[in-house]
Amino acid sequence: MLKMNHLSKVYRTHLIETHALRDFSIHVREGEFVAVTGPSGSGKTTFLNIAGLLEEFTGGEFLLDGVSVRGMNDDARSKLRNEKIGFIFQGFNLIPDLNLFDNVDVPLRYRGFGAAERKRRIEEALGRVGLSARVKHYPSELSGGQQQRVAIARALAGSPRILLADEPTGNLDTQMARGVMELLENLHREGATIIMVTHDPELAARAQRNVHVIDGQVVDIAAEPRMRGLGVVVPSAQHAAQA
Amino acid sequence: MFGYYLNLGLRSLRRHPVLTALMVFGIALGIAASMTSLTVFHLMGSDPIPWKSSKLHYVQLDNWDVNEAYDRDSGSLPDQLTYLDAAALMASSKADKQAAMYKVAMPVQPENPEVKPFLALGRATGSDFFAMFEPPFKYGGAWDHAQDSQQARVTVLTQETNEKLFGGADSTGKRVKLDGVEYTVTGVLNRWQPRIKYYDVSNGPLSEPESFYIPFTTAIGLQMGSAGNNNCYKNAEPGWEGYLRSECIWIQYWTQLDSSARLAEYKSFLDAYVGEQKKLGRFERPLKTKLPDVNQWLEDQKVVSRDVEIQVGLAFAFLLVCLVNTVGLLLAKFTRKSAEIGLRRALGASRGQLFMQHLIEAGVVGISGGLVGLVLTWGGLFGVRALYEDFKNVAELDWQMVLITIGLSVLAAILAGLFPTWRACHVQPAAQLKTQ
Repeated sequence: MLKMNHLSKVYRTHLIETHALRDFSIHVREGEFVAVTGPSGSGKTTFLNIAGLLEEFTGGEFLLDGVSVRGMNDDARSKLRNEKIGFIFQGFNLIPDLNLFDNVDVPLRYRGFGAAERKRRIEEALGRVGLSARVKHYPSELSGGQQQRVAIARALAGSPRILLADEPTGNLDTQMARGVMELLENLHREGATIIMVTHDPELAARAQRNVHVIDGQVVDIAAEPRMRGLGVVVPSAQHAAQA
Repeated sequence: MFGYYLNLGLRSLRRHPVLTALMVFGIALGIAASMTSLTVFHLMGSDPIPWKSSKLHYVQLDNWDVNEAYDRDSGSLPDQLTYLDAAALMASSKADKQAAMYKVAMPVQPENPEVKPFLALGRATGSDFFAMFEPPFKYGGAWDHAQDSQQARVTVLTQETNEKLFGGADSTGKRVKLDGVEYTVTGVLNRWQPRIKYYDVSNGPLSEPESFYIPFTTAIGLQMGSAGNNNCYKNAEPGWEGYLRSECIWIQYWTQLDSSARLAEYKSFLDAYVGEQKKLGRFERPLKTKLPDVNQWLEDQKVVSRDVEIQVGLAFAFLLVCLVNTVGLLLAKFTRKSAEIGLRRALGASRGQLFMQHLIEAGVVGISGGLVGLVLTWGGLFGVRALYEDFKNVAELDWQMVLITIGLSVLAAILAGLFPTWRACHVQPAAQLKTQ
């Protein structure tokens, strides 16, 4: 589903070069729920941005659903992103002056679906997250947990091949976070492929597989002295970055 | 997607009402200033009789002083004719239609004792005037060629004069007294007020239309002097006959020539006429005649003055300043929308789609600015009419100018929106999404 081989990402200014990712390899199979963990500045978000086609990479190879994305122009990347990827952000990123229906409608508009098809998908997606009755509400009328559910509905509406979640519970209290996490787990059980970036070891532990990133590289947690004793629960035989 | 973008544009304008109001009023002010000037410029410069302007030709002859051109700066020919030449050209009747004319002023003495006598401007001209310039008749019609020859005391009244004298009733056949002489009314015009009085620019292209028309021959027979411009380069002999024989110019002369062949023939005829006159000791300057058509004539006479052109230029410079201001405001607005733009990119919008969306949003600002600008333009033209009586016929919005106002406003806003939109579409979505 998602395959990165020896990927690198270098940010250059006229003074310094920063290697955000180096020799980064990962393979996520269809239907997997992968948690990506690592300290701040380790390169998790850069990985997610590249995986979501929001940033270009400097070197290496990246195949999304079997398609190499290297050298793709903006239109092709946007189309691929729209069709294959659903985003869930830490800050929900709902558009405040659009109601729930119109928020979920945004990616479908760019997909070019007709009005009837969009309506069907929006109602179905909001139904899956339990917000069917609130389609006319605005984001400011919802709790944080509900807003994140809307964001998940928006990510699901286009039937993407992969969900990318960046700290999806980072802005929620424990109870709401639990609800959102249960929703993601349900989606996974229904067959969704999910990559979740998180700082939270407990959330990471609920994923099917953990990938740990330090200094822009995928590391073997068991072999990494800095990670010992941090409470990261690594499912047995699944801590290797490449399956 | 256009409807979707339009909807988003309207929502976006409502989201920041103060910023929106500043942009809309900025554009509206610039549009109003430029359109007020442009309307005057457009109406003064537009073809007043487009269906036949190329067939109507003004006659210019150079009877002026051998030592000094009529216009020392431009060297252009005299803008009117002497009576001698006008009468000779009328007598030859070589054009398809022809009309000599001059401006007269006379007291009108109504039969109704309740209506006070009043001074009115009129036009002494030939019967062909009505066929050439096609003023619409409400009642009756023009007098005929025979009445021209007979110096008949007949008149055509304008609608306004007919209202004053006869309460608007059909007055054909009735009599009206002008300067103590009775005339029979042959016709009454409907309202006819060309924006530019193109058939007599020598006496002011923006001047009031006449109140009545009488035969040229009758006016000459009654020794009626011109109430318009009269230029002489040497003194006339005393008396009316002396004046008629003089080299003073005071008569406008128009011909209708229905084809280019007829135009060439008439030009040859004019040259031959001047050649003959030279043998009689007149026309001492080099032979030069001109037959400009209506639009060439208006251009030659600089009906659209340099002042009006400068005013239009300044107004458009002001519009440019307003646009620069709008560029700044749109930059601020789109910068505030960076997070939403980043989000839309993440959700699958291409740069091209976002560019189109924001350009349409700028266009919505333009349409709003155009509508407000239209109201301000109307106010501006009202001010021009109130301040300058002469401009009252050319300071009016027509449909063409309304459409141009809206179109120019949209174009201006889109131009102003190009750079902010380009900037907005190049935000890094990843950075915006993280900072939300």
